Amino acid sequence: MTALDPDRAALSVADAPEASEARKLLRRFLGQKAFVVGLCLLVLFVLMALLAPVLSPHDPYVQNLTARNVPPFWYAKGNWLHPLGTDPLGRDYLSRLLYGARISLLIGFSVVVISGIIGTAMGLLAGYFGGRIDLVVTFLVTTRLSMPVILVALAVVAIIGSSLWIVILVLGLLKWDRFAVVMRSATQQVRSLDYVAAAQAAGASTTRIILGEVLPNIAPHLIVVATLEAASAILLEAALSFLGLGVQPPLPSWGLMISEAKAYMFFSFWLIALPGTALALLIFAINLTGDGLRDVISPEGRT
Amino acid sequence: MTGFILKRLGLAVLVALAVSAIAFFLLRLSGDVAVAIAGEGAFQADIDLIRETYGLNRPILVQYLDWLGKTLTGDFGASIYFKTDVAGLVFSKLPVTLLLGFTSLAFALLISIPLGVLAAIYANSWIDRLALAIAVVGQAMPNFFFALCLVMLFSITLRWLPVSGSQTWQHYVMPTIALGYYAAPAFMRLIRAGMIEVLAADYIRTARAKGLPAGKVVFKHALRNAVVPVVALAAVQLGFLLGGSVVIETIFALDGLGYLAYQSITYKDFPVMQVVVLLLSVLYVLLTLLADIANAWLDPRIRVA
Repeated sequence: MTALDPDRAALSVADAPEASEARKLLRRFLGQKAFVVGLCLLVLFVLMALLAPVLSPHDPYVQNLTARNVPPFWYAKGNWLHPLGTDPLGRDYLSRLLYGARISLLIGFSVVVISGIIGTAMGLLAGYFGGRIDLVVTFLVTTRLSMPVILVALAVVAIIGSSLWIVILVLGLLKWDRFAVVMRSATQQVRSLDYVAAAQAAGASTTRIILGEVLPNIAPHLIVVATLEAASAILLEAALSFLGLGVQPPLPSWGLMISEAKAYMFFSFWLIALPGTALALLIFAINLTGDGLRDVISPEGRT
Repeated sequence: MTGFILKRLGLAVLVALAVSAIAFFLLRLSGDVAVAIAGEGAFQADIDLIRETYGLNRPILVQYLDWLGKTLTGDFGASIYFKTDVAGLVFSKLPVTLLLGFTSLAFALLISIPLGVLAAIYANSWIDRLALAIAVVGQAMPNFFFALCLVMLFSITLRWLPVSGSQTWQHYVMPTIALGYYAAPAFMRLIRAGMIEVLAADYIRTARAKGLPAGKVVFKHALRNAVVPVVALAAVQLGFLLGGSVVIETIFALDGLGYLAYQSITYKDFPVMQVVVLLLSVLYVLLTLLADIANAWLDPRIRVA
């Protein structure tokens, strides 16, 4: 709440230069062990995704029928040519896992951009204007919440046909609800503060007040929601791909890799365990980062 | 209270109507139903025949009102793939999903109430950390991956439970655990936070000062008050569990509404798809309505707002 509290903000401007405020905030972040671990892990995943072409020992799409189902190196039959083994089509598993990080991160990021824009716009309008607009937005949110995302996404993707970009678009158009809810209540809190009244008195246009005064002040909440929603989007894509209605082969989506390995799970469970663990670790990293951000930025926004 | 219930009921009806419109138009406008039914590369004559048979050549609004009118009177139309009437099909599968929903909710509460309470009483102890670890893992594990791990452990390694099907109670064990674990973290956090707040309240101090045994203070005085918000969350979570049942039922081939939804989606069986989406959404609307009424009844302050 400190960021939104005008008295505290005024005080800190009066007695201390900006830099020490920023350093204090940084110290508060670094004081949280969970946040640091989450962020480091997340950075690691981002690096894996960005450097996938450099780090991958093989091309993730090239099939090698002479080296199918090679187990990872810790099994007796494993070898260092394919450190994490190969899938039933003989594709190098480590390379596919590295490229899979790209898909998950792309999904998380793009879905959040789309749904964040929609939800934030709705929340800002509802929170700032109130009245009838608020009623309409609340109704839309209630309606959207009553429809299970996974079911609607599955159905729409099945009809339109599935591809990476369609999955992103469908999830983006479905997942704006939490943005709208959080942005609405944050806007309601900020609307009645003095600097908004001052801007109104100075004759600033409504658009300018919303984008120039309200939005920057509720941005910290936006970042927190975006982080946690990215995790949920990644899980949804994985579930859709697992059911065969998300990202299509031969793309190495982790959910799809688990689905492709299902038939072999009795003999080679590692085919499922590796992408599954990668997914769980990524979600874990994002959740830790998001929770840490929330505890520092907006402690009142818990549960 | 009556005014509150009526207002809430009115909203629920409006939301249900909006959901019916979305379920209909979303599926209809996402693609050409006739082409989807006929399959790719079908002859134009066949597509025209399908349009004629299913009344797809009428204006879309007329089709919606016709569908809505029939649906409200309980006539859900005929399934394209299963070749039976949708109402019979859907209501024969509904009990399986409802049962799974309730057992998973029970499982989630069964692990989250004791862990949440203990984590609150012994805050920052090893049991608090264990509860936190269970919650964090539950939130991070994709539920289908967790389900496959359960299969590996209970069906393949230990050979205790059947892999798939829905004939006996054993078939429900793994789906219940997989789905319930997914709902548990939210309860655990809520119960822990509520208990910590309540345990710091004055009336608890009074109860302790009166010399009541610690167990009585925790269970009779504190838990009862901390559990109020859990009722609302339970209804909402049950709704989420119904949605999550699509994935879990499909993995375990548990013959409920979620599996039916998956099948109807893969076979592009529009009449079934529309009804399943509508039914699961209306169930959620009903559950949140009940939760709101229960909450208003438990906490009179809500009625005024």
